[in-house]
Amino acid sequence: MSRSPLVHGLRVARALFTSQYALMLEYRAEIALWALSGVLPLIMLGVWSGSGAGADAGLTPLQLARYFLAAFVVRQFTIVWVIQAFEEDNLQGRLSPYLLQPLPPLWRYLAAHLAEQVTRLPFVVVILALVALVLPGTLSWPSPLSFLLAVVATHLVFLLRFLIQSLITMACFWSERAAALERLQMIPYLFLSGLVAPLETFPEGMRALAFATPFPWMIWFPARLLGGGQVDVAAGFGALLAWIALLLPLTLLLWKAGIRRYSAMGA
Amino acid sequence: MPIIRAEGLTKTYRVADKQPGLRGTLRHFFARRSREVPAVKDVSFSIEAGEIVGFLGPNGAGKTTTLKMLSGLIHPTAGTVEVAGHVPYRRQGNFLRSISLVMGQKQQLIWDLPPLDSLRVNAAVYGLDDAGAKRRITELAEMLELGDELSRPVRKLSLGERMKAELLAALLHRPSVLFLDEPTLGLDVNAQARVRDFLADINRRTGTTVLLTSHYMGDITALCPRVLLIHQGHLFHDGPLDELTERLAPCREVRLELKDPAPAEAFAAYGAVESCQGHQVRLLIPRDRLTAAVARLLADFAVVDLEVSEPPVEELIGRLFRQGVVA
Repeated sequence: MSRSPLVHGLRVARALFTSQYALMLEYRAEIALWALSGVLPLIMLGVWSGSGAGADAGLTPLQLARYFLAAFVVRQFTIVWVIQAFEEDNLQGRLSPYLLQPLPPLWRYLAAHLAEQVTRLPFVVVILALVALVLPGTLSWPSPLSFLLAVVATHLVFLLRFLIQSLITMACFWSERAAALERLQMIPYLFLSGLVAPLETFPEGMRALAFATPFPWMIWFPARLLGGGQVDVAAGFGALLAWIALLLPLTLLLWKAGIRRYSAMGA
Repeated sequence: MPIIRAEGLTKTYRVADKQPGLRGTLRHFFARRSREVPAVKDVSFSIEAGEIVGFLGPNGAGKTTTLKMLSGLIHPTAGTVEVAGHVPYRRQGNFLRSISLVMGQKQQLIWDLPPLDSLRVNAAVYGLDDAGAKRRITELAEMLELGDELSRPVRKLSLGERMKAELLAALLHRPSVLFLDEPTLGLDVNAQARVRDFLADINRRTGTTVLLTSHYMGDITALCPRVLLIHQGHLFHDGPLDELTERLAPCREVRLELKDPAPAEAFAAYGAVESCQGHQVRLLIPRDRLTAAVARLLADFAVVDLEVSEPPVEELIGRLFRQGVVA
């Protein structure tokens, strides 16, 4: 038996991560396609460049291009699919064996996501290299501090998105088709996060509305950190941490309630 | 002190009640109705540590539901249950470390990876150190006659190899109670025999308590000195298998090979005619009339060969269920 909970936790984390990484490498072709399918910000870059629309918001074409490239990178490392994985496990009956092990199943999904991000990394680098070839001068290295802050922010965004999806996933216990709810939240995520347009280009009222939701902090904030530009770092991290602090206990509470319901209704 | 104790165990499911057709669909959409379906009714039994107990019953009898209540996957609607000193549905860590559930139709191994990858995860989750896990895997792999299979992706394994790997994964952490739900379902005869031998071996060596459900009577007769027979949620029998067959069918099977064919009606006076095809006749005769009936058969017909045996248990139970005797 392991000596301490910390050592035990690290061993479990390592075993989960390595097995999930091995699994993701089995699906490397699929992951390459997923990486390619996440090029919406690059498409938006094409749509916006040359239109001059960014000028009204005080953004130069180069700033816009860098913003969308950064949004692409942030999006690649904040993709969450826990709903689909959980729903499939629930329908296929794989959840039962997971529930009978002394490890909450959410850890398995978290490990799978982290492994998928590591697998995705080389494909993202290749896509960025291609963009650098096609649009020379667009890519630029942020300052080490900005890069570090962007990396931390992206991880927090991933955690926040994971929590939001986990909350919706809990609906699986009440409705077998929680993925429909996920599709519903994709619409505000798409438009209010800054994936389609930087928040600076939004009308004043719309921007205020967007900032009242967690969505702008999920793409716009880390993309501004990574792509360069003025951004309130404290407000961004404060908002991300506040949303995480709100959703973490809620997710754990709903998870317990969901498992109780699952057990009461029949696995 | 029993390791498993169930008292008045009851489970009622609430299921959606939808009528067919468009009207039923619309009604179901706006006003969902459900009804209660009892799956297990007031079942009580206890099992001592080290026992192998068979759980018998037709489809929908409540076997799997009972196993799920015992393993902690579902809450009972009423009654109490205790396994290895724990209330299962609380799913406390110590309880989960002391049990294992293998479902023949569902798997815990990662489909696209070799079993060894899943075993590494299990070893870490259950807190086994690397050397201990390796020793345990080697020991169980030898018993299960598994070798290279552990390094091949699970999807490339045969059904029998996969089940053996599932058993290895389930027993890695040395559970004191093993629940098996149809562990030999779909396996060929050889694979079934190997799984049975392994289960008997592991019970003998480690004293693991085993509760297994199976459609194959071979599993029950080979492994289980004691059986629980459940039908329509009620526990119908709890005791030795021999006692059950005596209770259900105090008769013997008599197989005759005749020199000349005779119609089935000709044998009705001797016992129940199970089959009569040309020269071959199969009868079920009450034990207390067996000697007299056999003597008369030998006197009345030109018998080439005669064999007396216990009737197949599955046939007796199946027939009794069909006749509604066990209700």
